[in-house]
Amino acid sequence: MSMLSLVDVEISYGQMEVIKKVSIEVNKGELVSVIGPNGAGKSTLIKAIMGLKDIKSGKIMYDGIDITVMPAWERAGLGIGYVPEGRRVFGNLTVEENLKMGCYKVKDNNKNKNNINKVYELFPRLFERKNQLAKTMSGGEQQMLAIGRALVLEPKLLLIDEVSMGLMPIMVNTCFKIIKDLNDSGITVLVVEQNANKVLKIANRGYVIETGHIVIEDTAENLRSNDVVKKAYLGS
Amino acid sequence: MYFTVVAVNVGIFVLLALSLNIIIGYAGQSAMGHAAFFGIGAYTSALMTSTMGISFWISLPVALIVTGIIGAVLGLISIRLKDDFLAITTIGINFVVVAIFQYSEIFGASLGMTVSKPLFFGVKMTAPMYLTLIFILIVLTCLFINKMNKSWFGLALASIRNDEMAASSLGIDVNKYKVLAFTLGTAIAGLTGAVYAHFMTFIYSSDFAFIVSISIISMVVVGGIGTIKGAIFGAVLLGVAPELFRFLADYRMIVYGGLLVLMMRFQPQGLLGDNSFIMRNISKIFANIKKQKGGGQNAGNA
Repeated sequence: MSMLSLVDVEISYGQMEVIKKVSIEVNKGELVSVIGPNGAGKSTLIKAIMGLKDIKSGKIMYDGIDITVMPAWERAGLGIGYVPEGRRVFGNLTVEENLKMGCYKVKDNNKNKNNINKVYELFPRLFERKNQLAKTMSGGEQQMLAIGRALVLEPKLLLIDEVSMGLMPIMVNTCFKIIKDLNDSGITVLVVEQNANKVLKIANRGYVIETGHIVIEDTAENLRSNDVVKKAYLGS
Repeated sequence: MYFTVVAVNVGIFVLLALSLNIIIGYAGQSAMGHAAFFGIGAYTSALMTSTMGISFWISLPVALIVTGIIGAVLGLISIRLKDDFLAITTIGINFVVVAIFQYSEIFGASLGMTVSKPLFFGVKMTAPMYLTLIFILIVLTCLFINKMNKSWFGLALASIRNDEMAASSLGIDVNKYKVLAFTLGTAIAGLTGAVYAHFMTFIYSSDFAFIVSISIISMVVVGGIGTIKGAIFGAVLLGVAPELFRFLADYRMIVYGGLLVLMMRFQPQGLLGDNSFIMRNISKIFANIKKQKGGGQNAGNA
């Protein structure tokens, strides 16, 4: 059963085409990764799925609904969660306020409290710092907050952009473990990542994107043993 | 009498600074044409009372609503623009609005408009009565802003100010809230304009020129952007400053401008903004008082 499908999506910045006829399929319950080098168009692609970047042509279907021209805030209401590249937490708001923003769409206070508490259970560190301004936290803590903020929305599909960027190795492992756990709990996940080695260990399937084209599409296991991928991304 | 007149003028600036602060401080939108909406409110109410003979007290809410509607329409058109583009667009709006006042016969064109003094229970409004009215409006505006900041709407504005893209990814209709903030801010400016017109009893297009917008922005920025106390303090300070520097005669604008330059260089967060020189010292003093109190209690216990 398809959760998300991109059909022949093309995206450009002005005259420059950055995504050329890309088709991606994510099934319900899957953890799919898009890997590729810097500048391949990974972030652009995930922004387009969230509705933060307009697409030039093609179609985006989510859970049976055509969301191609839907604004981002409506997509959020349909259950698409987004963890942006570089965290982008609300620096001048406290941790708790950041999480409250995450449940903006749900006006049921009890439910919101419940969802925020669930995030605190997942990240006890955030509970300890709940009254602290987000900008005063470390990169890893901010990443937890960015994930938590997307989770209070109770997303069915979670889009994660470069979770490992700028984090120390131990935090990277923690973040990937959490993503795997979230996927196990039933959330469909699409991860865009440069750290191919790590992400292919937790993903079910993967796409390799290069200069706006999908060049390889396979199961994560096959990708790990694929010679091209090995050479270009796994460093062996 | 002189002090009352200065106080009313300062009060009008306080209201303008508070209303602009909703747009640039809370929603984080660079609006540079606030005086235009101040003028729309002034001319709307002046038309109502002096041309149509409607009561001043009815013209107040009408000026608020009319300016709010015009603000909403212009907001809808321009708020999709970001930062510098929005700034230029709002400057343009300011010039267009002033030109309309200056060339339309119904607005008195280049002769300006004489506004009849309103009555309050049969008595002509005096300066102290205006001062009371302004004071009530300031209190109401502060209460409203306070309530707004504690609501979902305030939180949504804070998130938009911090990171628009992240906010929209969480389900916040960024444009809607920006337009709403723009509408609220301009509506209050319109209401202020109505009071101004009837207090001055004469309005002229250049009263609402771009330079006035710049003054209001300076007040918000100098006081401390995004805070109620900052907007009030900035408006009082810069509102009174020209009077205080009167002895400098022709040089007072140099002093005024110089202050702005120094502020931006050394206290860009404003005098009463977060972590400003003044706020740091005030919190230090409070911490000391607390410590002394705590010490005293401990001594008492011992």
